[in-house]
Amino acid sequence: MHLSPLHMHIPDGFLSLAISIICWAFTIILDGVAISRTNKSLGERQVPLMGIMAAFIFAAQMINFPVAGGTSGHLLGGALAAITLGPWAAMLVMTSVIAVQGLLFQDGGLTVMGANILNMGLVTVVIGYGLYRSVLGRNQTMKLVIAGLAAWLSVMGGALLTSLELWLSGTAKLDIVIPAMLSVHALIGIGEALITVAALAFIFRTRPDLLGEESVSAKGGRGWALAGILVTLIVVLLSPLASVNPDGLNRVAMDLGFITTAQTATGPLAGYNLPFLGKTPLSRIAAGAIGVLVVLGLAFLAGRALRKKS
Amino acid sequence: MELECDGDVVKVNDLHFSYPDGNEALRGVSFNLCAGDKVALVGPNGAGKSTLMLHLNGILTGRGEIEVGGMRLNPDNLPVIRAMVGLVFQNPDDQLFSPTVFEDVAFGPLHMGLSEDEVRARVDEALRMVHMTNYRDRLCHHLSVGEKKRISIATVLSMHPQILILDEPSAGLDPRARRKLINLLHEMPITMLVSTHDMALVKECFPRTIVMDEGKIVADGMTAQILSDAALLEAHGLERP
Amino acid sequence: MHADAFDRYHHGHSLLHHLDARIKVVVTVAFILSNVLLPDGAWAAFGLAFIFLLIANALSQLGFGFTLKRSFVALPFALAAVTAVFSIPGHALAEWHLGMITLIPTDAGLLRFVSILVRSWLSVQMAILLVSVTEFPDIIHALTHLYVPSIITTIIAFLYRYLFVLTDEVMRLMRARQARSAAAPGSRSGGNVWWQARVAGNMAGQLFLRSYERSDRIYNAMLSRGYKGQWMAMHVQRIQLRDWLVGVAAVCGLIVMQIVGRL
Repeated sequence: MHLSPLHMHIPDGFLSLAISIICWAFTIILDGVAISRTNKSLGERQVPLMGIMAAFIFAAQMINFPVAGGTSGHLLGGALAAITLGPWAAMLVMTSVIAVQGLLFQDGGLTVMGANILNMGLVTVVIGYGLYRSVLGRNQTMKLVIAGLAAWLSVMGGALLTSLELWLSGTAKLDIVIPAMLSVHALIGIGEALITVAALAFIFRTRPDLLGEESVSAKGGRGWALAGILVTLIVVLLSPLASVNPDGLNRVAMDLGFITTAQTATGPLAGYNLPFLGKTPLSRIAAGAIGVLVVLGLAFLAGRALRKKS
Repeated sequence: MELECDGDVVKVNDLHFSYPDGNEALRGVSFNLCAGDKVALVGPNGAGKSTLMLHLNGILTGRGEIEVGGMRLNPDNLPVIRAMVGLVFQNPDDQLFSPTVFEDVAFGPLHMGLSEDEVRARVDEALRMVHMTNYRDRLCHHLSVGEKKRISIATVLSMHPQILILDEPSAGLDPRARRKLINLLHEMPITMLVSTHDMALVKECFPRTIVMDEGKIVADGMTAQILSDAALLEAHGLERP
Repeated sequence: MHADAFDRYHHGHSLLHHLDARIKVVVTVAFILSNVLLPDGAWAAFGLAFIFLLIANALSQLGFGFTLKRSFVALPFALAAVTAVFSIPGHALAEWHLGMITLIPTDAGLLRFVSILVRSWLSVQMAILLVSVTEFPDIIHALTHLYVPSIITTIIAFLYRYLFVLTDEVMRLMRARQARSAAAPGSRSGGNVWWQARVAGNMAGQLFLRSYERSDRIYNAMLSRGYKGQWMAMHVQRIQLRDWLVGVAAVCGLIVMQIVGRL
């Protein structure tokens, strides 16, 4: 079973047309700016670099590590891409990754692709790069710590936005979907943070020039720090919605299923090829139900821990 | 024999190059290539073979003189020279960067500014030369290593180069794919400079051999002579086939 | 396992296989959009949409129920909408007591939930059909000619080409990790979570650097073949009359669906 951020991908039909269009508008504007910025500031070398890095993010999302009780940690990659490639290039890279996941693998729908790109590809980059940018001049330990925090928050930001979109579309109930999404992604985000920090530490060790003063990673303007902190504040301020009343947790259970059912398969590609192995729908539903129960237990523990903190 | 020619295809004089990390990769390399030459470039890893090849179409620029087809290599005639020098990289997955075979073979002629009809004709011709006509619409990632290597050669043949420069063409091939490649190298009438560790290939395909070590040319002559010089081969970590 | 498993294209020579990719992309998006636009509980129109889908399946010659078997990809997400059953005001259908809370499913809520599922289920099938009858490079070209910015389509082309190469690399790295994570008799294999995360992070870092260096080599290969910073593409063939006809017929079908859905 995977606690994979891939399950933030919204399929077609789950968002209202209005919300889809609004999300597309944000995505098109941000990507439009990113295109004109990368055209202006980055050399022709960037085209193959962004292309290969998109393939890298796609492949890196398959890397997992066992956490506990059969769950595993994964990478979504928005923060890592932003920190290594700079924010604008990272936006285009993440946009392409999510576009291919939707187009080729039906991981996320087509009319809602704007929302998926916004949630997983753009907000993650703004939070990831913005927070990292704010400690650019500091020592390496500080950078790594903040990068980890940024990676965690980027996943939380994406999850929060996803929940809000589902709620605004009349698909899910706010007081259920937010705590459910946030508590599960609080766990997923830890995997994201750990892999991001370890990967950055590896790059600092072997190719420090790629993250140094002269690298694209250091080229983002001061405004990024401000934007990152602002978006982070919004995420943190909206999160109290997650603190549910104790008896609400039973209802969270109903909802958690959508993040977990596909995760019962084994192997790094399970999410992609399971439906093509000729399994009957019934076996999938049964497998899904078991997955729901297992993750329910985990989320219960995580939910309690979260409440104690706040 | 070849060595006496005046270098009408490629002329390299006293070429020096150091990488930014200080590694001195080329320390005064000079040689000539003439039309119809088929030359093997051998030497241990790190001898500077790949660095030298990257100089011949101006990807890297060191100190020294390079002439291709009688033209001095400089930024102004770089596009022309890049079309004249068909450089094929060692890893076919780096060479074939487009999703389909057609797009990849078309990339060179398209970026030379040829018309689309001309591009299509060049693609068909290049694929015919490497006997891969049926692969025109295939996806690059579906090809075997041997097929990728042959398509890689087609990707530069479509630019009508005057010289073909291949980096380790037989590396990673099974015996059958290697045999096909050897036949292909034999039948192509074009001037060639081929870097390789495959001494059997050298013996079979290339009348002339250049031996490099530590950034210098240590021997340049008839392959038969060089392969019979046991002391030379041993001194530079080479084995007789 | 080889990364070829990622391929979704099914070889064939049907009408749909030969249809211009632009028409296919536009009709697929229009079909999905039409589903989103249909009001909740428009069963007749949903029925028509299903028939539309079955016809498309038949035209693809991949089998009548080809997409049906593959349509449960998005099902897990369906549970996200379950709460709609209880949250939308309407007539109570039942009253369930679960511990301290009471759940009251409503008719309007149920209607909404089922409608969401049907929309999603129909849409995902059409998206599956699109990639099953169209080679992905053709979809990329279609996007370029449908005014998706060329920098995005170029990145996608690279992504598609190299995802096979890099996922192979990931699998090799993971196998190597597996091969080395031996355990002494009686103890568990591998270290604690932190150690495991570090190993995974190192793998990601290593993959990043290899990819970075690969992009250098690819850039050199591009330069060698005349790349001057401007990516050029061939013009795509003109759309044939037959393609237009199929496209127009499909759009007419969708319009009928919308009218039926609103009667």
